[in-house]
Amino acid sequence: MARKPTETAAPAASANVSRDELLKYYRDMLLIRRFEEKAGQLYGMGLIGGFCHLYIGQEAVVVGLEATTKEGDKRITSYRDHGHMLACGMEARGVMAELTGRIGGYSKGKGGSMHMFSREKHFYGGHGIVGAQVPLGAGLAFADKYKGNDNVTFTYFGDGASNQGQVYETYNMAELWALPVIFVIENNQYAMGTSMKRSTRSTTLYGRGEAFGIPGEQVDGMDVLAVKAAGEKAVAHCRAGNGPYILEMMTYRYRGHSMSDPAKYRTREEVQKMRDERDAIEHVRQLLLQGGHASEDDLKSIDKEIKDIVNDSADFSRESPEPPLDELWTDIYADDVPQTAAEDLNV
Amino acid sequence: MATEILMPALSPTMEEGTLAKWLVKEGDTVKSGDILAEIETDKATMEFEAVDEGTVGRLLVSEGTQGVKVNTPIAVLVAEGESADAGTGDSGTTVPHAAEPLAQPGRGEASRDETGEAPDRAPAAAKSAVEQVNTPEPDESPDWPEGTTVKQMTVREALREAMAEEMERDEAVFLMGEEVGEYQGAYKISQGLLDRFGPRRVVDTPISEMGFAGIGVGAAFGGLRPIVEFMTFNFAMQAIDHIINSAAKTLYMSGGQMGCPIVFRGPNGAAARVAAQHSQDFAAWYAAIPGLKVVQPYSAADAKGLLKTAIRDPNPVIFLENEILYGRSFDVPQMDDFTIPFGKARVARKGKDVTIISFGIGMAHALEAAEKLSNDGIDAEVLDLRTLRPIDYPAILRSVQKTNRVVTVEEGFPVGSIGNHLSAWIMENAFDWLDAPVINCTGKDVPMPYAANLERLALITADEVVEAVRKVTYR
Repeated sequence: MARKPTETAAPAASANVSRDELLKYYRDMLLIRRFEEKAGQLYGMGLIGGFCHLYIGQEAVVVGLEATTKEGDKRITSYRDHGHMLACGMEARGVMAELTGRIGGYSKGKGGSMHMFSREKHFYGGHGIVGAQVPLGAGLAFADKYKGNDNVTFTYFGDGASNQGQVYETYNMAELWALPVIFVIENNQYAMGTSMKRSTRSTTLYGRGEAFGIPGEQVDGMDVLAVKAAGEKAVAHCRAGNGPYILEMMTYRYRGHSMSDPAKYRTREEVQKMRDERDAIEHVRQLLLQGGHASEDDLKSIDKEIKDIVNDSADFSRESPEPPLDELWTDIYADDVPQTAAEDLNV
Repeated sequence: MATEILMPALSPTMEEGTLAKWLVKEGDTVKSGDILAEIETDKATMEFEAVDEGTVGRLLVSEGTQGVKVNTPIAVLVAEGESADAGTGDSGTTVPHAAEPLAQPGRGEASRDETGEAPDRAPAAAKSAVEQVNTPEPDESPDWPEGTTVKQMTVREALREAMAEEMERDEAVFLMGEEVGEYQGAYKISQGLLDRFGPRRVVDTPISEMGFAGIGVGAAFGGLRPIVEFMTFNFAMQAIDHIINSAAKTLYMSGGQMGCPIVFRGPNGAAARVAAQHSQDFAAWYAAIPGLKVVQPYSAADAKGLLKTAIRDPNPVIFLENEILYGRSFDVPQMDDFTIPFGKARVARKGKDVTIISFGIGMAHALEAAEKLSNDGIDAEVLDLRTLRPIDYPAILRSVQKTNRVVTVEEGFPVGSIGNHLSAWIMENAFDWLDAPVINCTGKDVPMPYAANLERLALITADEVVEAVRKVTYR
């Protein structure tokens, strides 16, 4: 069901999607959007420092794919990672407090926006080097295969990372060893400020997998139902031991690459058109209203619920203290962790 | 004119080999390209082929003969009509001609290792300074209980035993890298491990250093304990982003959640006659990085005990081996589970006049220098750091307080060397104990040249260490 985001949204396959499901997507996507808007605000107030890459516009990708996961499945992504963490169930408080560099953050304030992790939620980062998460994700999948379970790893990267050599080294080994990894290319069409057409003659990115024997497809990443449907197909392929699968999610980021984006590489009109015509949250909102699944009032109460979560996370992120100074010297070496991992193996 | 066929050098470091099998017999006619015999070195078995046409006159070395020196005549090839006896014992009528080892298909870099081409050269004349390094046995052994049986073992065997023991001990341990499996290891370190542990745990990779280093790190995040072999550490430069940014920093960046128990190992430093891109000591590079542990063993016992510790360590460990040392033998204790803790230097030789601090192959120069100096009445203490992260500073301090003079020895470049760091540390922490400035003996500040004479000049030597000691002892 490949569809470019510039095409108009179909009324959706709402027939086979439940009310609860739609409400969950709406809620999860809205949480990411409101969270990111708040992060942008806090950045403007000087409470968040350094790099901060917002996920606004791309919410349908992670929310749709998370709907296909089961316990033990892993995910890893780049530095544009806040949405992925919220979508897999990490606490808004812990993410926001990491953004403000506080002890209550997921990395105790030592990682920042680009470097957060949760073993509990199987979220493996948060990686700041473009493309580095791709072999790392394949390595996580290698570990699952070695242990003999049927978990899969969602390895997210962008159209920019798609031009890194290590992506193709990884494709080759992932297919060679039939690793249960789903490569999710979030093609938001701009690698920082460089559009696809200024960086490659390839017209599709998923098609590059063909050279290695990896199947894949292009997906309308602005349609959470299309994302989920494609995700289910990919997950089934991987869980069955057939090796990797590539999903090229055609998506769009509304905000700049980071907070200091000159916005000179695309027009205001292009961004506005996407917001007006292809917005993923508005799409689900309309499905809910038109399908008679929810009233305006129902949605307003969800909006308020989300707003409360986000405001609470912002409050927490300001109240949580900075890390104590002795944190400078902790977590450099892990010599207090168990010396063998063999007991974790189901072999 | 009869032609003597000489024992070929099949690698830059080969000095002798076993004539495993003749594939021709006396009286056979051979032409250029025919396979004559199989020759086995401690690293590989190679076929070698005829360069010239002729009849095999005599086989001078019988099958199964071990220790045949490079350049020894092993057969005589005669032209049509010539006597089979022609030439032997009459050098005036023979033309020595080393047989041509078969070049292996594949990667260009493979030529630096045991499978490499080294045809038609005179190894004696071209013998590299690197391979002439003496490797004295350190004479103090506090790492195992008195009375423990020891066995002579090469560094190669010791490393292999360490990996095999740890793979037996922990199912999560696996080995991955180029040619570690079916090829039996580019340097034969992993020989036999594929047969013993199977392809699930001995994983041959394509030539994709960055990719498989990243996959190894990901597997470590996922709960396994990978040993990633780099065919040499020169190629780890392709993967250094994953070693440093992904492996070393993630525990810190995750607030302690995401440990990365992984060993990156392989030969490091100058090999013989392989020039600049394949001859470099990375000790100081990796030792600079918080989050890494860095090991550089000298003896076989240390190689075994420290590699076992490295595999059990919950952190990323850089384990720097040395191609020249692989074939050298040392005493290794025969114990059920012999490990050596990180961060404990070893006094390899007790002395009172000067402290020579070194590690890895630098120890060979340090010990040889100490021996020469003792003939002149200078009693040098030799300290083997063994691990460069952590460094055993108390051991350094103890020795400096005793001798008041220090020379450091390493193969790496002089700028930003381990010796520079030690000098600074000693100056800050033991200034009043010093009777002379610390001297750093290092490799020269040049890319490694190919020519044998220039290579000799570029490398650190025992004589340079002797000279440095004379300076700091004013003798």
